[in-house]
Amino acid sequence: MSQSSVDLPPKGGFSFDLCKRNDMLTQKGLKAPSFLKTGTTIVGLIFQDGVILGADTRATEGPIVADKNCEKIHYMAPNIYCCGAGTAADTEAVTDMVSSQLRLHRYQTGRDSRVITALTLLKKHLFSYQGHVSAALVLGGVDISGPHLHTIYPHGSTDTLPFATMGSGSLAAMSVFEAKYKEGLTRDEGIKLVAEAICSGIFNDLGSGSNVDICVITKGHKEYLRNYMEPNPRTYVSSKGYTFTKKTEVLLTKITPLSERVKVVEVAGEAMEE
Amino acid sequence: MSIFEYNGSAVVAMVGKNCFAIASDRRLGVQLQTIATDFKRISKIHDHLFIGLSGLATDVQTLYQRLVFRHKLYQLREERDMKPETFASLVSAILYEKRFGPYLCQPVIAGLGDDNKPFICTMDSIGAKELAKDFVVSGTASESLYGACEAMFKPDMEAEELFETISQALLSSVDRDCLSGWGGHVYVVTPNEIKERILKGRMD
Repeated sequence: MSQSSVDLPPKGGFSFDLCKRNDMLTQKGLKAPSFLKTGTTIVGLIFQDGVILGADTRATEGPIVADKNCEKIHYMAPNIYCCGAGTAADTEAVTDMVSSQLRLHRYQTGRDSRVITALTLLKKHLFSYQGHVSAALVLGGVDISGPHLHTIYPHGSTDTLPFATMGSGSLAAMSVFEAKYKEGLTRDEGIKLVAEAICSGIFNDLGSGSNVDICVITKGHKEYLRNYMEPNPRTYVSSKGYTFTKKTEVLLTKITPLSERVKVVEVAGEAMEE
Repeated sequence: MSIFEYNGSAVVAMVGKNCFAIASDRRLGVQLQTIATDFKRISKIHDHLFIGLSGLATDVQTLYQRLVFRHKLYQLREERDMKPETFASLVSAILYEKRFGPYLCQPVIAGLGDDNKPFICTMDSIGAKELAKDFVVSGTASESLYGACEAMFKPDMEAEELFETISQALLSSVDRDCLSGWGGHVYVVTPNEIKERILKGRMD
């Protein structure tokens, strides 16, 4: 057992102490594990009153669908949301971390967060890890200076665009945008276009699938439409269900009764008698 | 061969009506040789929270000891047990901390939260949480388990029916995987009791 202060909870950031052992295992011929990726189609566009973000809901682990309905639109601030593609743990961790930093910044400045603040915090973090934190993000929001939409690549480069797509289904979605996008879209036209772009990713890209999530952000108001469209419902469920004629053989049963969880209430103000 | 296939494992958790079940196989192997048939993969954190860990056995045991340590500290400070959602966030943070040299295991967390509402979740080896409302699977037999659970699962099952379903799903999936099996270990937890059962399976 090492003498290092393993008993204190760590200060934060990454810890590299298992790297040597994992390298040794890889050299012995054992392949490293694959991580949960969000194959994904994520899109964003700017319409006349603000920003609309869209994402599919499939999470893959290699060729297997691990989660049929995951959430890829992450909260950053009341007026800023971020869609994430790439390694799922990285997108979740990086958006949670920047969301906390933005909240602390709001408390310090007393003002609403700006999209460009979130952008700079994200790109600085991703660049410093030189692309090893594999998170490709579409960041959108409406702040005091208007609606903004940015894309952030895993190595830390960013783009500012009126409409953007990322992920394995980005080409399918971009083809829809390039054909049908125009400036000054209304809310309903914008939602319809985003849903169409995500659907083209869902049906044509194998890494994206399941349902469409949409988030509409306008000045002072946001709407998170979870599962806005479900173009892939499961219709083949048998109503009878499974009946098992041969029961499983049990070798040993151990029952532990649990005591009821009792709530202790302090009775106030009963002074002791002399 | 992948690092996860070194020891072999299968863990599954399912949600029922105000109850949950978590099950695992019992084999511990070193590649193709079996060295134990009673390996404990599912551990209790507190009366209403269980964690099953699949993957490299040494990391399974180390990670379990670390998590019990953190939970005991939490109990001392807060004078209560951790909620399952909080525990899932703790496990996710501990795994992500080792993002570039990860623990080679995949946890399956199952617990009863407030109002006895069942909670299950699984993560990959770097802490990407995957919450589900029906079932979660992990281990070398995970592909078969996905198929079996998808077919056999029904929402709102009572404890006895849930036990039967999860056992059948586990045994049929590990029968198709060389690296896991040698029986099953199932915990069915309701608000009033924990029922732990050992299943008889194929010993090959």
